[in-house]
Amino acid sequence: MTMIADEGAQELRPRSELTARELLREVGSVLRLSEAEAAKLGDLPEDPDEDQTMIINMGPSHPSTHGVLRLMLELQGETVLRCKPIIGYLHTGMEKTGEQLTFMQGGTNVTRMDYASPLNNELVFSMATEKLLGIDGDIPERAQWMRMLLSELNRMSSHLLFMATNGMDLGAVSMMIYGWREREEVLRFFQKVTGLRMNHNFVRPGGLAADLPPGWRDDVLRILDLLPERLEEYDILMTGQPIWRERLQGVGVITPNEALALGGTRPILRSTGVEWDLRRHDPYLRYDEVEFDIIVGSYGDAFDRYAIRLNEIRESMRIVRQILDRMPEGDYRIQDKKVTPPPRARIDESMEALIHHFKIFTEGFKVPEGEVYVAIESPRGEIGCYIASDGSPTPYRMHVRAPSFVNIQCLPHMMRGGLVADAVAVISSVDPVLGEVDR
Amino acid sequence: MTDTPEAQSEDATEEAEASISEPEMLGCPMTESRGQIVLHVARDRYVEVAKQLADEGYAMCVDLTAVDYLKHMDRELPTSVIGERFEIVVNLLDITHSRRIRLRTQVPEADATIATLFDLYPGTEAMEREVFDMFGISFEGHPDPSRILMPEDWNGYPLRKDFQVGTIPVQFKGAAS
Repeated sequence: MTMIADEGAQELRPRSELTARELLREVGSVLRLSEAEAAKLGDLPEDPDEDQTMIINMGPSHPSTHGVLRLMLELQGETVLRCKPIIGYLHTGMEKTGEQLTFMQGGTNVTRMDYASPLNNELVFSMATEKLLGIDGDIPERAQWMRMLLSELNRMSSHLLFMATNGMDLGAVSMMIYGWREREEVLRFFQKVTGLRMNHNFVRPGGLAADLPPGWRDDVLRILDLLPERLEEYDILMTGQPIWRERLQGVGVITPNEALALGGTRPILRSTGVEWDLRRHDPYLRYDEVEFDIIVGSYGDAFDRYAIRLNEIRESMRIVRQILDRMPEGDYRIQDKKVTPPPRARIDESMEALIHHFKIFTEGFKVPEGEVYVAIESPRGEIGCYIASDGSPTPYRMHVRAPSFVNIQCLPHMMRGGLVADAVAVISSVDPVLGEVDR
Repeated sequence: MTDTPEAQSEDATEEAEASISEPEMLGCPMTESRGQIVLHVARDRYVEVAKQLADEGYAMCVDLTAVDYLKHMDRELPTSVIGERFEIVVNLLDITHSRRIRLRTQVPEADATIATLFDLYPGTEAMEREVFDMFGISFEGHPDPSRILMPEDWNGYPLRKDFQVGTIPVQFKGAAS
């Protein structure tokens, strides 16, 4: 039965409809051979004829695709020969929306992209705006350390979510409940600080929206006391289990050169043994003042990516402990009248403050002309924000380099030659957030 | 006669000043934007320059995007660069030396095409498709030039500045329609 599919050329097409070059790309030869060698081969000889394979569709609404990711797989028996991710089901034009919102409002937009690590999205947007304003060197110390605290706690909550979904995808269903339980502890802290569990819009250009609430230190300590024990339980439940290891070891292997060529960052790149972390190699905030280890793998498989994330939670806890010791007193936002609204108390007594407050929230602040690209380390990889400004209060162009969008390109290369049952493990190990992929 | 050498030296200093104000790298004008290095690459040298940078150690293409400067044509550019409507922006990363460089290439509206970087950086595949999808700039030699985020039968390119944002009409109660 043939059917004209919805997405036309975006879909995986039968081999007979492809040119040799297209086919070679889809089986990943570009990464393995030079163009000339690939051309000589014409077609990959080991691949079977079309009558021995079939193309199946997985998704868009499949529980293991973490949202609405659709994969088309070409199978021979149970072996995956080709795979093509089809995305865009969650596309809501967030970059276009970003051009309509002022720099003041932009945070509400970017925070909804990677909804599992919203604070990192806000942070990169704020840092890009600050760089354009030229105030990136004047952010108060307390604001920097607070941002770091929230960013690291967010990394923990994001990785805990990964633990839950990864477990669920591979059949350790009880793990789902445990992961969500621990993540909820962190989200509860976020709720206390920002008022919301997710999509906080708390990190703003110039600093943060508010100071930490009284008793925040005890709340963080409670999380830090609770987690190590729970992580050890994860180790018992998953890391050491033969079934778990069988499902993950040697699955979805990628080499360092492939990861670099495809632009894969964070767990994908690090699982191959490449030590690259923006927190260490291109430090932002105050990461150069805290001690932490960069977790790297050696085999580039799904197990390494799992282990990297698990141990990264521990490293983040180590950073958070140092932040607790060193959190300075002071202002949580820059006292620059241009970007900071006046304190609430001033509005009651001063007409100018009221006007200023009104202007900053209706018109926003003007950002000088220029363009800038700022990148930070999100739990999923390098998240970058490219802003071009024309001197008005709204970004002329706001582009977010979404790590999941780029990482998803690695899927066909990780899946080729593997079993269809492992496809789920591979998707899970990339940990894509589809809100960020489609934006 | 006597003032010729002076005039010459003036010319020389002017030239020197011009070369100081417009530094070059790999034969392309180089500027600095908020401390970040930006190379303004001509369209016909785009792949060549990227190749040279890749050989220099910029092993990863972290980002490729475009900007539609339709409503901001008077932007700041080096004098030797003529601003066109579209601009392709490529961010390259060298992880061994921990350095970044940005390439900006002007693409005219009348001929909105540019060579693909796919053969050099396979990771640009999805990004170039996204730029095609959003701006309608086609990449010559791209192996899969289809839309990626929008539906296949979509008309227009959403991130172009002349593509209007959709609005929902608001009906106020009691207002004369």
